[in-house]
Amino acid sequence: MEQILARAKKIAEEAEIFEVSSEETQVRFEANRLKQLQTNQTTGVALRIVKDGRIGYATTTGTGDADELVRNAVETAEFGTVARFQLPDTHDYPAVKTYDPAVDSVSIKEMIDLGEEMIAAITGHTPGIICEAGVSRGAVSVRIMNSRGGRAEYRKSFFSLDIEGNLIEDTDMLFVGESESSCHPLSDPEKVTDMVRQQLDLAKNRAKAPTRQLPVVFTPNGVGSALILPLMSALNGKMVLEGASPVGDKVGKTVFDKTFTLHDDPTVAYRPGSRPCDDEGVPSQRTPLIEKGVVRGFLYDLQTAALAGTVSTGNGSRNRGGLPAPSPTAFIVTPGRTSFDDMVADIKEGLVVEQLMGAEQGNVLGGDFSGNVLLGYKVENGKIVGRVKDTMVSGNIYEILKNIAAVGSETRWISSFLRTPPIYCKGLAVSSKG
Amino acid sequence: MPEINVIAHGLAGKLKKSRSDYLEARFEENQTSHITYRGKGLESIGRATAGGGNVRALAKGGWGFTSFNSFDDVSDRVALAEEQARAAGSGKSSLAEVEPAVDDVPGGSAKNPVDTPLAEKKKLLDEYNDIIWSIPQIQTSTIGYSDSHKKVIFLNSEGSYITQERADVALRLTAIAAKDGEVQQVGLSLGSRGNFSAIEGLHQQIEEMARHAVELLSAPQAKGGEYTVVLDPVLAGVFVHEAFGHLSESDFVYENDRMRQIMELGKQFGTKQLNIVDSAAEPGLRGSYKYDDEGVPAVKTYLIREGRLVGRLHSRETAARMKEKPTGNARAINYRYPPIVRMTNTYIEPGTVTFDEMIADIKEGIYAKNWYGGMTSMEMFTFSAGEAYMIRNGKIAEALRPVMLTGNVFTTLKNIDVIGNDLDMNQGGGCGKGGQSPLPVSNGSPHIRIQQCLVGGK
Repeated sequence: MEQILARAKKIAEEAEIFEVSSEETQVRFEANRLKQLQTNQTTGVALRIVKDGRIGYATTTGTGDADELVRNAVETAEFGTVARFQLPDTHDYPAVKTYDPAVDSVSIKEMIDLGEEMIAAITGHTPGIICEAGVSRGAVSVRIMNSRGGRAEYRKSFFSLDIEGNLIEDTDMLFVGESESSCHPLSDPEKVTDMVRQQLDLAKNRAKAPTRQLPVVFTPNGVGSALILPLMSALNGKMVLEGASPVGDKVGKTVFDKTFTLHDDPTVAYRPGSRPCDDEGVPSQRTPLIEKGVVRGFLYDLQTAALAGTVSTGNGSRNRGGLPAPSPTAFIVTPGRTSFDDMVADIKEGLVVEQLMGAEQGNVLGGDFSGNVLLGYKVENGKIVGRVKDTMVSGNIYEILKNIAAVGSETRWISSFLRTPPIYCKGLAVSSKG
Repeated sequence: MPEINVIAHGLAGKLKKSRSDYLEARFEENQTSHITYRGKGLESIGRATAGGGNVRALAKGGWGFTSFNSFDDVSDRVALAEEQARAAGSGKSSLAEVEPAVDDVPGGSAKNPVDTPLAEKKKLLDEYNDIIWSIPQIQTSTIGYSDSHKKVIFLNSEGSYITQERADVALRLTAIAAKDGEVQQVGLSLGSRGNFSAIEGLHQQIEEMARHAVELLSAPQAKGGEYTVVLDPVLAGVFVHEAFGHLSESDFVYENDRMRQIMELGKQFGTKQLNIVDSAAEPGLRGSYKYDDEGVPAVKTYLIREGRLVGRLHSRETAARMKEKPTGNARAINYRYPPIVRMTNTYIEPGTVTFDEMIADIKEGIYAKNWYGGMTSMEMFTFSAGEAYMIRNGKIAEALRPVMLTGNVFTTLKNIDVIGNDLDMNQGGGCGKGGQSPLPVSNGSPHIRIQQCLVGGK
């Protein structure tokens, strides 16, 4: 790694090496039984240079052929964007806890037992259900070095459980599922299986949805599948810079309901999305985005911040091996005071949405979402009466999050990058078939 | 980078002596380049090289899989995969029999697109970006170009040894228009198996795309509900991929008795005019290849013939378990993943009706074109049109905001009542499944008409 940096420094004004290596073991179950054991080992190096003021970029796997890497980076620098930023020269990072050595010592047998326990819990509850499940553990090491003397190094451990169940009756297909992840080993799958069992209970009966405006409670999964993508796009510093964010010119203004507060935080201990610095070596920080409905800030990496005349928020992430770009690390929605049960009890006729399919296909930039309710329930006179099908829900987040009925009190992590309570929204367009 | 030919050759003998029921190894070298534009200028440009391999073992019905970037100690990797398979297996292994193949398959495109000079690529993309920006009220734009060239060596314990090279080119452009806080976008996606010329000469299409984005700012939203819908070849291709293609992937069916009942061969799924095919054997399309990633030769598979279910897509394991013939549909997006059942080039065969005849008797309907995205949950599908228009009294009428169409797969297939005569293949697609995304595929269709399709809207 030092070799590559030395070579790059000879031909470029600035150079940065980003090296990541990871090892993961997965146990996978299919059709209710053990199917495959998998291990993946990866190593990769990315070289970013600034040559004659322009950015060049090349990556390779393994420890890399230094000459080829430098050559490719130089070739791309000829046409690269003009660099407006300076690489950080720091060694000082917040102490973010992301590594638990106990993860490494979880045996394959323990992992197999966990998977079998999850499957038994679900098949025991609903005979005839067919489950896929997975248990995985692993660790990632990241090293960043640059020509200004900046250096960062950290390790992260991860452990996850997931189970999906599929129940078919005639041509009706029900999909249920949950997952959990952490930097600590997970040894108790009950939290996950309890939620799946509840999904199965609520979905036992069938209910019909009408075609008109209805109140909708989005569960944490529902918030993730319907509402978060347009927010991520709007709060991305790049979108703001280009004038493609509907809230770009609204800092300090109230755009959402005063019960809605959202921030990004990569410093939460032992969360898989956490890290002491971003992928450019900028120290991690908690970034307020929306506070009581008022727009407070956006997510930036070094280049976007420089172009926007501000500073990086430490959100420069390399997605799929690409150049750093502004990305959320962990979106956290502040919980409110209303319990989920109270939200449901308040509804005369409405829906609870758990999973929406296709919401990412709409005009995300404009805040629109529209999707098929893959898992959702009808509420009648304060009670969930059954599962709906052939139903679509549409809305625009700038309308429905401007006038929220209630923000829930029970909050949980959905995947590594979102922690949210349920959100009770007033009127959404619901269309149903037949 | 160590020469993968040497490493593979060194391993061939060892694989044949394996104690596992089946053992295979895959070694890959690839180069890719990407160029992205955002707004008025180039945003990023990069080159990547990657190399790695994997070993997969089958023992008593359980699989072991290990992937790696380092080629030191490949024998240890083999041992690890075999050990993992033994830990996973407790039943009986079944794999459909195939003739072992020894073959060398070159790329098929004249030039390696990755080696085409960056200056040439940039010049073309600059022209395209300039066109988008020549339209007033365009707020921003994105262009994503990527190309790749890869060489994969596949060998197994049955004596197969296949080297395949393939190249790929993909281009996606979007034009984003904005006015008074209102934002709308239109996109275009194209691809090819390495031919750079497939993305040249798009100037007029791109201008139309940018103009349409501006038009959408003042287009009304469709009223949600059930409609008679006509799909253009591009969108109908996405529909057949999402609504039916994924159901045909046997790995969802082979261990699920109820799914087997639903997907029973011989069952009537649509009218007699409906024929649906998946074929990697079609030369030169985005999803084409000679051998799949298990070394099985590609064939043309009829999924639906004259409305009846007659076939499905298989890996060697699903074929054996279902006692059907292998179809060569096991694909892995790269060496980090095991192959799973995937589509290749999927399409509805053309019928005899013209577009004008198809819309002539529609009093009120929707004409949906181009694609923005699609997804399936097997029983339900959704896909989004990039463009939509009302059909009133047999004629195309006002433009609408992009619509999302959704429905139950089984009832919708039965509701296809007219099939056009103008088959066209969309090469811009990337399919996602099991975390392996975007896998190069193509899909296509003639214009088709569907009755009682649910459309999302106000």
